Amino acid sequence: MIKKWAWLIGILAMPALSDDGIFDEYRDLMGDDNPAIFVIDEGEALWFEPQGPRSASLEGCDLGLGPGVTAGAYARFPRYFEDTDAVMDIESRLLYCMQQLQGRDRDALLAKPYSLRGDMGTELEALVTWLAAESEDAVIAPEQAHPSERAMYALGEEIFFYRAGPHDFSCATCHEQSGMRIRLQALPNLTNHDEAAEAFGSWPAYRISEGLVRTMGWRLQDCFRQQRWPGLKLGSEVSVALQTYMAVNAAGGVMTAPGLKR
Amino acid sequence: MRPLFGAGIALISAFTLSSGVASSEQLDAALAGSFIDNGQATVDRLQQDAVQAACHQSRTQPADAALAATLRQQRLDAVVFPADGNFLGDWQRGAEVADNGRGLQSSDDPAQPNGGNCYACHQLAPDEVAYGTLGPALTGYGARGQSEPMLRYTWTKLWDTHAYNLCSHMPRFGAQGILTEQQLKDIMAFLLDPASPVNQDL
Repeated sequence: MIKKWAWLIGILAMPALSDDGIFDEYRDLMGDDNPAIFVIDEGEALWFEPQGPRSASLEGCDLGLGPGVTAGAYARFPRYFEDTDAVMDIESRLLYCMQQLQGRDRDALLAKPYSLRGDMGTELEALVTWLAAESEDAVIAPEQAHPSERAMYALGEEIFFYRAGPHDFSCATCHEQSGMRIRLQALPNLTNHDEAAEAFGSWPAYRISEGLVRTMGWRLQDCFRQQRWPGLKLGSEVSVALQTYMAVNAAGGVMTAPGLKR
Repeated sequence: MRPLFGAGIALISAFTLSSGVASSEQLDAALAGSFIDNGQATVDRLQQDAVQAACHQSRTQPADAALAATLRQQRLDAVVFPADGNFLGDWQRGAEVADNGRGLQSSDDPAQPNGGNCYACHQLAPDEVAYGTLGPALTGYGARGQSEPMLRYTWTKLWDTHAYNLCSHMPRFGAQGILTEQQLKDIMAFLLDPASPVNQDL
């Protein structure tokens, strides 16, 4: 597969080799067209659809800006919620609302939050994609007023540099230097404001190679898979802490999601 | 291990930390509560050894130079050289090991051989354009020759890079059991054999 891409890049995009190569070309060809638009529509429909034992929609869900307020909400995550006394990412907040408002079973919701390759995409992915679109062009501004939010940033920074596993990898192994790449994949330096903003602001994203929208929670799980670490739980403390670390480093940047990626 | 959502909101409140620098207790609790076994990638992998801990705490090199020197010497003393004294295998098999990025991930089949994934970070054969840049380019590495010190140096870098550069980003392919002795010999030949594509002009 990589050999095939390499050949195409050799023909089409030698000058862009240090960037995303052929994927930049693809993005240019697509212009403003992103297959994620269909997932956005699906997510919006799901928000308003009565579901669960209580046959309720998610319109009463408080994403931090008040019940039912979706515009700009994504750009303020992760954030502290009084009702759970916890710092939450948008994915675990949505699961909380599905339980509280719709009466749905947590284990069932967590059985398959992210689609497998070849699937059509999950409810959670669609909702997150729509909510990201509801924050398009919003300034990334995660809450850091509550002590728990600041502590979550400190924890995220510590985990970012934690080396472990048979390969000794940390997040920093790939993401603390600028201008580096793995094979042909450009790596953002997530300790740098501009690069963190571009990276964080472009998730969730439609992945061309998978034909699916992927969320930031999925992206972190897949990073740890490649780090040879065990499985990261959705909405876990480590996941929320790393999202907080990235969001705060990205603060002041602009949300461009849903993005279009390799 | 704390079940994440098992008892609902009462457990989520454990996420409420005090602000400031994360303590090692907070870090350990967060790690213990956030990961689950996933195939061959089990949670015991989160336990750091002395090198991982030293390089994590200071983020690049251990703040304590004496500790760094001690750890480097320990790694150097633990290097296992080929039992038969022969460092060089088959460069063609070595090329396959360098190209293979699989091994030890939860998604990998443990019955299949692990790869070295060298191209993820290094330029090697000049006709492979899909190479990463986290490590130095190794094209033409064989120009260094095959003297005994060069063989032992290169073997040591592959076996346990931390013996020379304690906090290098590179995995310890021998010391951590990622690659077999034969695979390491094959990689050695891929780097050093004059006939290897690594040592050919494009």
